[in-house]
Amino acid sequence: MRRWLSYPYLVWMIMFITVPLLLIVFYAFTKQTDGGIVFSLDHFRQILDPLYLKVFLRSFKIAFISMLICLLIGYPVALFLSSKDFSQKSTYLMLIVIPMWMNFLLRTYAWLTLLENNGIFNKLLEFLGFGKVQFLYSEGAVILGTVYNFLPFMILPIYSVMVKIDESVISAAQDLGANSFQVLLKVMIPLSLPGVISGITMVFMPAVSTFVISRLLGGGQFALIGNIIEQQFLLTGNWGFGSALSFVLMVLVIISMFFMNANERNGKESML
Amino acid sequence: MSDYIIQLNNISKVFEDGFVALDNLNLSIKKNEFLTLLGPSGCGKTTTLRIIGGFEMPTEGEIVFQGQKINDLPPHKRKVNTVFQKYALFTHLNVFDNVAFGLKISKTPKNEIKERVREMLNLVNLQGFEKRQVESLSGGQQQRVAIARALVNRPEVLLLDEPLGALDLKMRKDMQIELKKMQEKLGITFIYVTHDQEEALSMSDSIVILNEGIVQQIDTPINIYNEPKNAFVADFIGESNIIDGTMLQDKLVHFCNKDIPCIDTGFAKNEKVDVVIRPEDIDIKNLSDAQWTGKVTSVIFKGVHYDITVESSDGFVWLLQNTDRQYEGDTIGMSVDPDDIHIMKKVIDL
Repeated sequence: MRRWLSYPYLVWMIMFITVPLLLIVFYAFTKQTDGGIVFSLDHFRQILDPLYLKVFLRSFKIAFISMLICLLIGYPVALFLSSKDFSQKSTYLMLIVIPMWMNFLLRTYAWLTLLENNGIFNKLLEFLGFGKVQFLYSEGAVILGTVYNFLPFMILPIYSVMVKIDESVISAAQDLGANSFQVLLKVMIPLSLPGVISGITMVFMPAVSTFVISRLLGGGQFALIGNIIEQQFLLTGNWGFGSALSFVLMVLVIISMFFMNANERNGKESML
Repeated sequence: MSDYIIQLNNISKVFEDGFVALDNLNLSIKKNEFLTLLGPSGCGKTTTLRIIGGFEMPTEGEIVFQGQKINDLPPHKRKVNTVFQKYALFTHLNVFDNVAFGLKISKTPKNEIKERVREMLNLVNLQGFEKRQVESLSGGQQQRVAIARALVNRPEVLLLDEPLGALDLKMRKDMQIELKKMQEKLGITFIYVTHDQEEALSMSDSIVILNEGIVQQIDTPINIYNEPKNAFVADFIGESNIIDGTMLQDKLVHFCNKDIPCIDTGFAKNEKVDVVIRPEDIDIKNLSDAQWTGKVTSVIFKGVHYDITVESSDGFVWLLQNTDRQYEGDTIGMSVDPDDIHIMKKVIDL
């Protein structure tokens, strides 16, 4: 037993994960009064304000739509990449991964210059005789930025599950009378489901808490929950409320992931 | 209508890298036949099977199924089913749903599916396994599921690609008998691929011996064993002593420094030939009565018999199989009856 090998990480985890988590819980459930620090649910009451509920709703909506688009684009690509007779596999995979090597902020700033009123897209529209379009600072721009940044996280897990599916299983399905569509529906999709689940998780979780994309491409109008939390800590200095928001976001994410996995398990059982 | 269910006419298959898997293969398969494609790995036997199944397109030639050319028919429209080498079961489905897969695709009524799957599972001795996960089954059980999954669709022809290759010896023997019984009971044509010559001999109605994409011999197991057409077949089917010889005249051949009577005729005078003698056909004789004498160099116990190697004075090393024990270092005499000597034309090496 080389238990001591895990000690460095254990120390790390306690210092930078466990303690901060406890601090968030502490700040969320307390407030400063004249008589010192007391237990309070005031911060959570504040969240029930329709203004904040709306932001929560919007965050989940944008994350969900982005995730869905990633899935709709990513699944067919993964399917195509994993097919046996496709020879330039590594080139394409490279192209998918390369953007991930660039800084996340840079990538998003790049979209800012592309979409702005005097950016390439508007110049092109003008050139073609159409009027300018206000791309930036819209829900669409935020979704676009999210999809762009997180698409590889959808493709790669699905791809890595698909390449492991035995070619002969597909042959077997064809042999038993399944046409291409039935092979996809009855064999490929069920067998690639674990990849889909982890793809969804890896896109949805960062998307729901992003604040950079929404600030750069959404401006002030499309503040997401991440922006509000950032504000509480950096501008308002209201750590208690910021912590409460973080806490609620975390619980919501945990709940949605739980449903996700439960679905997978149910799906598996009903299929099996 | 011919009585052949499948005919392969002048089939050649050249892969993209230039590898010739099949070279002008002609094969006619009768209805209800148990036909085995036998050969060493890379001989083209699996390619032949995949061409019949529709997973591989022949470069040349035509595939005729019940009198109709089916070259362009995709696998899912062919009336054949396959048992794959590594079973290729659907791991996301249980035993019942694996077996029912083909029937569901063909939109068979639910009650009938239930009935036919139950029947099939009985046939392969897996009753009560319906709800089990395929991954929790043993290799032999998975193999049975794969067989049931193919047979439940009542195909005209069942293709089996080394189906018993992954099983242990005992299980393999049992499954050989069961498969043969199933084939006789159901009256389905079986096309069976294996590299195991014993398996081929014990199960088949006829055997096709392939080497490097070329058919060497098509015949019944008994004829293949007793009358191998060339030295390759003789060597591949069972063990053989293959000796260079010269045909002196009809029924007389010279090899290992002796003129030996045989029963073969029709060779040119002084034609170079391969002389093939089965190890069990060599009799051990008194030194004075023997055609050859030699020194025993090794004796290996094989259960029923001993494998004995003997080096004769001309330097040839003989393999003998005999139930009587011999001793290393002893000099023994050997003789072969004329009808146990098989004379074969030399395969011309290119």
